[in-house]
Amino acid sequence: MLKDITLGQYFPGNSIAHKLDPRTKILLVTLYIIALFSAKGWMGYAVMAVTLAACVKVSHVGLRALVRGLKPLVFIIAFTGILNMFFTPDTHYLWEWGILRVSVKGIENALFMVIRIMLLVMGTFLMTYTTSPIRLTDGLESLLNPLKKIHVPVHELAMMMAIALRFIPTLIEETDKIMSAQKARGADFDSGNIFQKAKALVPILVPLFISAFRRADELATAMECRCYHGGEGRTKLHVLKYQRRDYVALTGGTVILALVVVLRRLGT
Amino acid sequence: MEPILQVKDLTHTYGAGTPFQRSAVEHMSFDVNEGEFLGIIGHTGSGKSTLIQHLNGLLQPTAGEILLRGKNIWAEPKKIREVRFKVGLVFQYPEYQLFEETVYKDIAFGPANQGKTGDELDHAVREAAKLVGIRDDQLEKSPFELSGGQKRRVALAGVLAMEPEVLVLDEPTAGLDPAGRENLMANIRDYHRNKGKTIILVSHSMDEIARNVDRILVLKNAHVLMQGTPAEVFARGEELLSAGLDVPQITRIAMELKRRGVDIDPAVYTVEALERQLLALRKGGAGC
Repeated sequence: MLKDITLGQYFPGNSIAHKLDPRTKILLVTLYIIALFSAKGWMGYAVMAVTLAACVKVSHVGLRALVRGLKPLVFIIAFTGILNMFFTPDTHYLWEWGILRVSVKGIENALFMVIRIMLLVMGTFLMTYTTSPIRLTDGLESLLNPLKKIHVPVHELAMMMAIALRFIPTLIEETDKIMSAQKARGADFDSGNIFQKAKALVPILVPLFISAFRRADELATAMECRCYHGGEGRTKLHVLKYQRRDYVALTGGTVILALVVVLRRLGT
Repeated sequence: MEPILQVKDLTHTYGAGTPFQRSAVEHMSFDVNEGEFLGIIGHTGSGKSTLIQHLNGLLQPTAGEILLRGKNIWAEPKKIREVRFKVGLVFQYPEYQLFEETVYKDIAFGPANQGKTGDELDHAVREAAKLVGIRDDQLEKSPFELSGGQKRRVALAGVLAMEPEVLVLDEPTAGLDPAGRENLMANIRDYHRNKGKTIILVSHSMDEIARNVDRILVLKNAHVLMQGTPAEVFARGEELLSAGLDVPQITRIAMELKRRGVDIDPAVYTVEALERQLLALRKGGAGC
């Protein structure tokens, strides 16, 4: 049950998409998002869709895994679509009922919005699917490094993110175990009204918090034992270094962004 | 007499239909007799934990069935809680499940879920506390003030207080010091002797199993490798060793003596039994 949470989970692999520098991927996703929001008209979206399709193809992730990632967002996507469809003002309507009015432009808007959200989610998921959390935080830390000049605690933030990501599966497993143990003592999490259900969570949450604090304590001690004292002068085992493929990918991303912007100008 | 628990052709597959698909239990069948002390032994990953979570209905079999007093426990899925009160399961490191303000309230959680109230509840809690050696003045303490060993006793009492017909213990002595281990096992043996209830003990330690149980079930790679009395199982000591499992230290000494030509039965597992055999040899005039 809890183990089924796969939102943005990393799929190990050996494709070019996996091998790219995490900084490249973060930058590419940024370019991709900018392009997606600049896209206008069918041509623009077609370019974006083809770009995503090409990226999926080289990543070996499989379209099915990406589509599965959309599942939790079905409601938001549908809501946005419906809102755009019925409430887009226009001069001429195909169908009217009270305040609900459907126009050609509305349908078009709704379709574009739905496609835009889907492409956005799938694109960002493609990054988390092909980049391990550790590499992702490494990349983020390195990209944000210039902010150290204005005293942003970049290293500390990255370390916190890495630790948080590291402990998500541990805590899920722990929750599962505690739930089983309390069920074995006859705890009932499924029946009763909302107050009874909330109360039934106490036997899970108390042990879970205690164990989280215990783990935090142990981790802090373990880090101190290894002389951890923040980012000052700390070197890395895997030093990030741009390769030729990174430059190629970034050039490709820029070209696509330019193409989308040009299409937008020409389209209107 | 009909066995209290019957496991019939049990199979459990995790993650069916995904690339991570893996069977933790495959075609396991065995009986547990009323009042017996059964030991289950096997490596990490042999399917022990998965198996025992089926016995009280925490996991549902992929195939096969579990019969409690001849009745399939999943016959009425809505009443699965009844099964959990009858088959009490104590997890590994159970002290991490404590949550109440006082020891008393924590032990009372199970029986209160059963619907016990008033004197009946009070009696169940105090009786269980006594069984594991928790003193009356400790009942009003916070469970988090107690030592590790005492916390574990409280957690064990929390399950005993439901007065289960079958008690399943998953590595009850893991992480305790030798004195704590022996103490806790003595409590468990007393409980078995005085109440005559069925106990299933899962353990890594062959010595612990050999000293306590009537019958042993050996698991390997999700299958039942062998089952029988300790003497029967340890008579196949070579087989156990080649399966990567341990034998009790005494059995290992006896096996080595046998290999070096001393004429003894290697299927011994207590110091006393080995001593008897060696003394008999000396009287007979042969031997070392």
